[in-house]
Amino acid sequence: MANFQLPAELMQALLEKFPNIEVQENQMVIVSADDLIPFMSEVKENPDYALDLLTNLTAAEYNDHFETVYNLISITNGFDLMVKVKLTDKDNPSVPSLCPLWGGANWQERETYDLMGINFTDYPGHPTRILLLDTFNGHPLRKDFKWEGGRE
Amino acid sequence: MKTQTYTLNLGPQHPSTHGVFQIVLELDGETVVKATPVPGYLHRGIEKLAEARTYAQVIPYTDRMDYMAGMLMNWGYVAAVEKLMGIEVPERAEYIRVIVGELSRIASHLIATGAYAGDIGGLTGFIYTFRDREDILDMLEMISGSRMTFSYFRIGGVAEDFPAEFFPAVKKFIEKFPSCCDEYDGLITGNEIFQVRTKKVGVITPEAAINYSLSGPVLRGSGINYDMRKARPYSVYDRFDFEVPLGCNGDCFDRYRIRILEMRQSLRIVEQALEQLPEGPIMAKVPKVLKPPAGDAYAEIESSKGLFGAYVVSDGSPKPYRVHFRRPSFINLGYLGKLCEGWKIADVIAILGSIDIVLGEVDC
Repeated sequence: MANFQLPAELMQALLEKFPNIEVQENQMVIVSADDLIPFMSEVKENPDYALDLLTNLTAAEYNDHFETVYNLISITNGFDLMVKVKLTDKDNPSVPSLCPLWGGANWQERETYDLMGINFTDYPGHPTRILLLDTFNGHPLRKDFKWEGGRE
Repeated sequence: MKTQTYTLNLGPQHPSTHGVFQIVLELDGETVVKATPVPGYLHRGIEKLAEARTYAQVIPYTDRMDYMAGMLMNWGYVAAVEKLMGIEVPERAEYIRVIVGELSRIASHLIATGAYAGDIGGLTGFIYTFRDREDILDMLEMISGSRMTFSYFRIGGVAEDFPAEFFPAVKKFIEKFPSCCDEYDGLITGNEIFQVRTKKVGVITPEAAINYSLSGPVLRGSGINYDMRKARPYSVYDRFDFEVPLGCNGDCFDRYRIRILEMRQSLRIVEQALEQLPEGPIMAKVPKVLKPPAGDAYAEIESSKGLFGAYVVSDGSPKPYRVHFRRPSFINLGYLGKLCEGWKIADVIAILGSIDIVLGEVDC
């Protein structure tokens, strides 16, 4: 598979602008929840990056934290970038909503809230359940969710 | 005169919603004031189920998302696991994947085209596209033994090589299919009523298309040149000569028309892939029990509905720790509410049909 990572100098410029971000191998960027909106605005609006299409938004649960995962694509430049936010507060994981930047975040955030129970803040009336009933109890993708049936 | 809006439930049991899907319409007379899509009726929790299966056992679940193009769903998932494990897929397997993938894409677009004609009121169109889809299903049955839920892809390759009877069948199909497309164009595209119902209806601006993360024919209908097979070629797509059809108005007609043009291009890809088809193994050397190293990977492919992605997290055990699917129908549907505002009820049907959703994929 060909490589569509950001060139090193662009990555360096990002690191200078946001000294708190952490870049892992294969260019996964870890951003703090406070930096998320400024960081995303920068890579979206700055024509050098032009990562204007938010393709994927999801979350995963780990032993001591939650992680929200964002995948961005640049239609003009062809780059892609994976951004993650670590949410260490396991009782109340919350992260700023990306709805002000991307309309496409709305349904994906609702899905993530519905199934994983991540709170997306700063967006009015948001999020609400999307796939499950409003009366459903719990968030099924959490590891402690008890479910009946299946093979086990 | 005092007027007030009223609420109308479209679906969940309504043929034009293409499955169990509900739209709550707030209407002023016949005009939509607000449309609230309600998905979830077909939610099976595939992502959760996957966590209790081994990596290979997840493949049949992917078939049941976009069941109109099961091959492409298989592909998105195995691509992510292969990326996670760093598996190099043999060349012949890549070509086989391209061929079955493109045939699946044609089959999916045939449903979209025929069902759309039906939505607009020309049920005859439906019969014609289903007639030709049958040929594809027959071929895919020869290859995989199944007509709908193929589970043909394997992590590291494909399940079996092409049988001998596949080659004459696909040759015949390649000769015949362009004239079938001409037939759809004559029967549906050129129809005056069809054009009046779809042109300038449900216009998506290029800015909105990008902002709402739309992909596939819905994005390209608005004139955005983004087809992952061309823009960020995966597998062996960089070796084929094909074009990416684009719309110019972003209306229902453009989205419909692009699918027919794409079918013609897919046929070109199948033709070239068959010519170039190399000899060799169809499976990479992979262990019997798959234990990807701890970590995560996200891979995307261009499915018939748009960008289909799979995010797989491994904790080093034989079962995936977390699987997430980026389903194009689901995300394309996120814009439906805004898109329907201001149009008449009949246009809502035209708009929904033009997005081409499969509820198995939307609800996952």
